[in-house]
Amino acid sequence: MKQKFNVITSTCVPLPLENVDTDQIIPARFLKATTREESFFGDNLFRDWRYRADGSPVEDFVLNDPTYSGCILVAGKNFGSGSSREHAAWAIAGYGFRVVISSFFADIHKNNELNNFVLPVQVSDDFLEELFQSISSNPATEVEVDLPLQTVTNKATGRREQFDINGYKKHCLMNGLDDIDFLLENKEKIEQWEQLNR
Amino acid sequence: MKTLFDKIWDRHVVQQVADGPTQLYIDRLYCHEVTSPQAFEGMRARGLRCLRPAQIFCMPDHNTPTHDQDKPIQDPVSARQVAALEQNARDFGLTHYGMFSPDNGIIHVVGPEKGLSLPGMTIVCGDSHTSTHGAMGAVAFGIGTSEVEMVLASQCILQQKPKSMRIRIEGRLQQGVTAKDVALYLMSQLTTSGATGYFVEYSGEVVRSLSMEGRLTLCNLSIEMGARGGFIAPDEVTFEYLKDKEYAPKGDDWTKAVAYWKTLQSDPDAVFDREMVFDAKDIEPRITYGTNPGMGIGITEPIPQTAAQAKAPEQGFRKALDYMGFNAGERLLGKKIDYVFLGACTNGRIEDFRAFASIVRGRKKAPDVVAWLVPGSWAVDRQIREERLDQVLQAAGFEIRQPGCSACLAMNDDKVPAGKYAVSTSNRNFEGRQGPGSRTILCSPLVAAAAAVTGVITDPRTLL
Ligand code: SF4
Repeated sequence: MKQKFNVITSTCVPLPLENVDTDQIIPARFLKATTREESFFGDNLFRDWRYRADGSPVEDFVLNDPTYSGCILVAGKNFGSGSSREHAAWAIAGYGFRVVISSFFADIHKNNELNNFVLPVQVSDDFLEELFQSISSNPATEVEVDLPLQTVTNKATGRREQFDINGYKKHCLMNGLDDIDFLLENKEKIEQWEQLNR
Repeated sequence: MKTLFDKIWDRHVVQQVADGPTQLYIDRLYCHEVTSPQAFEGMRARGLRCLRPAQIFCMPDHNTPTHDQDKPIQDPVSARQVAALEQNARDFGLTHYGMFSPDNGIIHVVGPEKGLSLPGMTIVCGDSHTSTHGAMGAVAFGIGTSEVEMVLASQCILQQKPKSMRIRIEGRLQQGVTAKDVALYLMSQLTTSGATGYFVEYSGEVVRSLSMEGRLTLCNLSIEMGARGGFIAPDEVTFEYLKDKEYAPKGDDWTKAVAYWKTLQSDPDAVFDREMVFDAKDIEPRITYGTNPGMGIGITEPIPQTAAQAKAPEQGFRKALDYMGFNAGERLLGKKIDYVFLGACTNGRIEDFRAFASIVRGRKKAPDVVAWLVPGSWAVDRQIREERLDQVLQAAGFEIRQPGCSACLAMNDDKVPAGKYAVSTSNRNFEGRQGPGSRTILCSPLVAAAAAVTGVITDPRTLL
């Protein structure tokens, strides 16, 4: 999970739906778990779109379609809205996605993705539409996500865009550090604060 | 020129991360059994110990049954979560108030009553209603599981500073109007997203005149307006409440603490990002008619005719009325109800039981109403018995259950059946919240009591 980020080039899994909410990403009934074992949540990513109630796979859902693969999920506008459950990010990371591309992300979910080493890349509506077209006309279309340069490139068309990420999070992802590593690195500062304020 | 929020926040800044969030020191972390197991699992995977175990308190509340707490929990999933918390507390050396122990109860009831939540503190818990503790004059807010892990490991959290809002409520509340009605009124005015991104300071004559219990109720509901949290500057009411509480400072420390707490006020010229003023005379006892807490009306008012009047999206308004089985423009007074729930971190405190008892005293429970009276903690339960309220309630045909979250979210077996109406003092009336298909009407303990003895929605002012 805590892999260092640099440049990722991969084919994509397209999910051209808007307003995919966290209930769809991981249904509420999985919240009663007491573990965050990656495979558990990854196996249940998009559970109710992916499997019928009897557990048989829904063949035409994109995760069950062998035409598409890769570690980049491309999703419609407003990805991750709804409840703030972090389980949604665990499911995406657990499945093996490392990047999610969309034209808008719900705030809390975006943070949850970053905290779980999934890079949310926000692109323009045009870029997203063109990318969906490229993927549907050629599922082998690759996308290059360059974190140091903060660029995303549709290799089928050569179109490139700049994306935003705050300096702190970028540092964390590039060095394989999460918030806890960062906080523990700063233990001296914590102790100093305590001495001043007790 | 600082707001009180700024003062508490600034004091707790360990560092401002360059091009990133603030590292904030946390005085108190509470853990319950539902949102903490994965955080402890993460700690184990990294081989970490808690940095400041003495500042962390754990107790199960969501899954606990409200009867036979001395016996094993029947539901295996609930039992597993409750057992996991006990084990985690033991392994990491944290204080744990186990189920059926005299210290147990809903975290947001227990924290203040033990003096664990104090003015000027930063307080977090993996639970949105952590805003409750803001009533003590603290910055208190709910966090996610990764953040729980951050605090377990480092007693710090990384946060962006929220915007500030002040809500002043002036004038005097009419008889029969409580803190719960004030909160329900604010939500209907601001809607459930009106305070998104803000931390709210409540002030004004009405807020000053509220008891500590009332303030806890008001702050509890901040989150239902979308706010990150809400708080009230500490004053004599706060100090009086805290004096001699188990974890409150004692002796010289107390004197010093009070001197500091008195400085915890927004400066007169402090600037808020947003200010709102309301008048107490516009507030009557309130009920909700829809499926979010913002869809509420004064008890004598009709349900709005249109979505626009309800400040709700068209589709959401119709869907909510459909679910509730109500019509636009309908009045709810006299409407038959099936269940009554007194409890939750919103209204499970002693004052709420006093209010309920004041109405049912000398009356009888309506025969076909099922009533669940659930104290917020064992301490509340003891106080009820000390004040002999249990006898008043029993004489009227009510029984008191054992403490926990209970029908607030129906994770235990207190579930309202599909299609039934529950008049409830909890804080959320979402579809299925109190059991699949259940229909929740939120209200104060007085309105709940009036419904419990009449079997229909009744204005409590007619029974006072
Ligand atoms: S009483 Fe309800 S709102 Fe309060 S902590 Fe329990 S479940 Fe949450």
